[in-house]
Amino acid sequence: MSETKKYKKVAYYPGCALEGTAHAYNRSTKALGKELGLELDEVDNWNCCGAMEVKNIDPKIQTYLSSRVMSIAANDMGHDVVMAPCNGCYHNLKKAEYDLSHDEKSKQVVEKLSTKAGHETYKAGQVETIHALDWIKDAIGEEGLKERVKKSLSGMKIANYYGCMYTRPRHIFPEKDQGPGSESTTKPHFMDDLLEAAGAENVDFALKTACCGGAHTLSDSDTSTKLVLNIIEAAEASGAEVIATECPTCHSGLEMHQIRAEKVLGRKTNVKIVYFTQLLGLAMGLSPRKVGIQENISDSIGLLKEKGLT
Amino acid sequence: MISAKDIEAGIEAIDPMANPLVAADSYLALAEQTLELWLYSKNLTPTNDKKEGFRLLALHRQGAKGDPSFNACRETCRELAYRYNVVTGSDRADIQQEAATGMTHLARHLALFISGKMQIAGLGDFCCASKPIRTNEQEMF
Repeated sequence: MSETKKYKKVAYYPGCALEGTAHAYNRSTKALGKELGLELDEVDNWNCCGAMEVKNIDPKIQTYLSSRVMSIAANDMGHDVVMAPCNGCYHNLKKAEYDLSHDEKSKQVVEKLSTKAGHETYKAGQVETIHALDWIKDAIGEEGLKERVKKSLSGMKIANYYGCMYTRPRHIFPEKDQGPGSESTTKPHFMDDLLEAAGAENVDFALKTACCGGAHTLSDSDTSTKLVLNIIEAAEASGAEVIATECPTCHSGLEMHQIRAEKVLGRKTNVKIVYFTQLLGLAMGLSPRKVGIQENISDSIGLLKEKGLT
Repeated sequence: MISAKDIEAGIEAIDPMANPLVAADSYLALAEQTLELWLYSKNLTPTNDKKEGFRLLALHRQGAKGDPSFNACRETCRELAYRYNVVTGSDRADIQQEAATGMTHLARHLALFISGKMQIAGLGDFCCASKPIRTNEQEMF
C-alpha cells in the first residue's frame, strides 16, 4: 500500500448541512475516512460558519464565527488542519483566514468577540483549512486509491460538478493555481483525479463551476430550476450517467430541481446525483447503505446494481 | 435592443450538430449580446475592446468592475472562449460538434444567469465571488 502523506489525522468540521439535508455526505465522509485509515476528530462544540445569512448582515460576525471553529481546533484540540467537506464552510473558514491576515479591523472584532465569549482568540496561520477533496488527494492520493479499489467504478461515466464556492473568489485560496499538482480555480480537477483513480470515466463537462442558483432556490425557484436543468442537461449531453458532487447545497439543489424541472417544465432527466465520497466509498468496497445511498433523493441504486457496485 | 427572451430563443434555434462552425459564431455573438444587456441595464456602453482575443472576455471584465458577484459567470465566459477555440481549431467534425454542443449549455447558462441577475441582483452573491470583504459594513463593533 502507498504510504499516506499529510492529513492522516485532521480536525473535522462537518457544519450544519451535514447534520441535516446532507447527512449522506457526513456518513460517507466518515465511512470513507475509516476505510482509508484516516482519522477524523470532530471539532468540539462547533458552531455555524456564518454561512451567507450572517455574512449579508455583517461580514465580520461571519469572520468571528468561523474563527471560533478554528480556535477550538487549534487551541483546545491541538490541531493544525481543519477539514470541511461543505463548500460553504470551507469557503467561509478560508475567507476568515484571509480577513484575519489582511484586515486589522477584522482582527479587532474577532479579538473583542472572542474575549466576550470567553475563548482564546484565533490567530491567522494557526490552522490550515482544507476541503474533503484535498484531504483524500493528499492523504491517500491517486496511486493509493488505485491500490485500495475493491469494486472499480469502471464503466461509470461521471460529470464532476464543483459548484461556485470551492474556487471563488480566487484570492482566498492562495494554494490553488500554483502549477502542476495544485488545484485550478478555473478548471478544478481534484474530484476528476480521484474518481478516475477509482476507475470512473470522467466526461468533458462544460459547467463544472457554474452557478446553480442555490441562494435563490426558495425566493426564485424558477431561475434555480432553469439553471439546474441546464447543468443536468449539459451533463447528460456529455454522456454522463452520474453527476458527482462535493457541496451539500449543490447536491440538494440538483436533486430537488431535477424533480421540479420534470413537474414544472415537463423536462425529465435521468442522470443520478451522488456525492464523490459515496462513489469512492463504493469503490473501496463499502455497501451502498454504509455510504448513505438510501438517504439521497436521487435514486441511483438501479445504476449501482448495473455497475456491480452493490 | 435584443431582449433576454430573444437571446434564449436564439440559442435554442441553433443546431450545433449541423454546422458547428456557424453555431460557434452564433453562440459567441449571443453571449456577447447577453453581457451587453447587463451593461446597458447599468447605463454603461459596452466595450468593443478584446481581452485574450475575445470581446466576450472584455465585456465580462467590464461587467464585473465594481460588482464582484458578476465573477460568478467568469468561468462560463472563459469556457465559451475555450470551446470556441476548440471548434475553430479542430478539423475533426466529432470534436467540433462536441465542443459546439458544450457551447449551447454555456450560452444558455449565461443567458439564464444574467436574466436572473437582472431580476434579483443577489444571484451569484452566495458564491461570494461576491460580497466584497468589507462592503455594506455596519459599524456594529
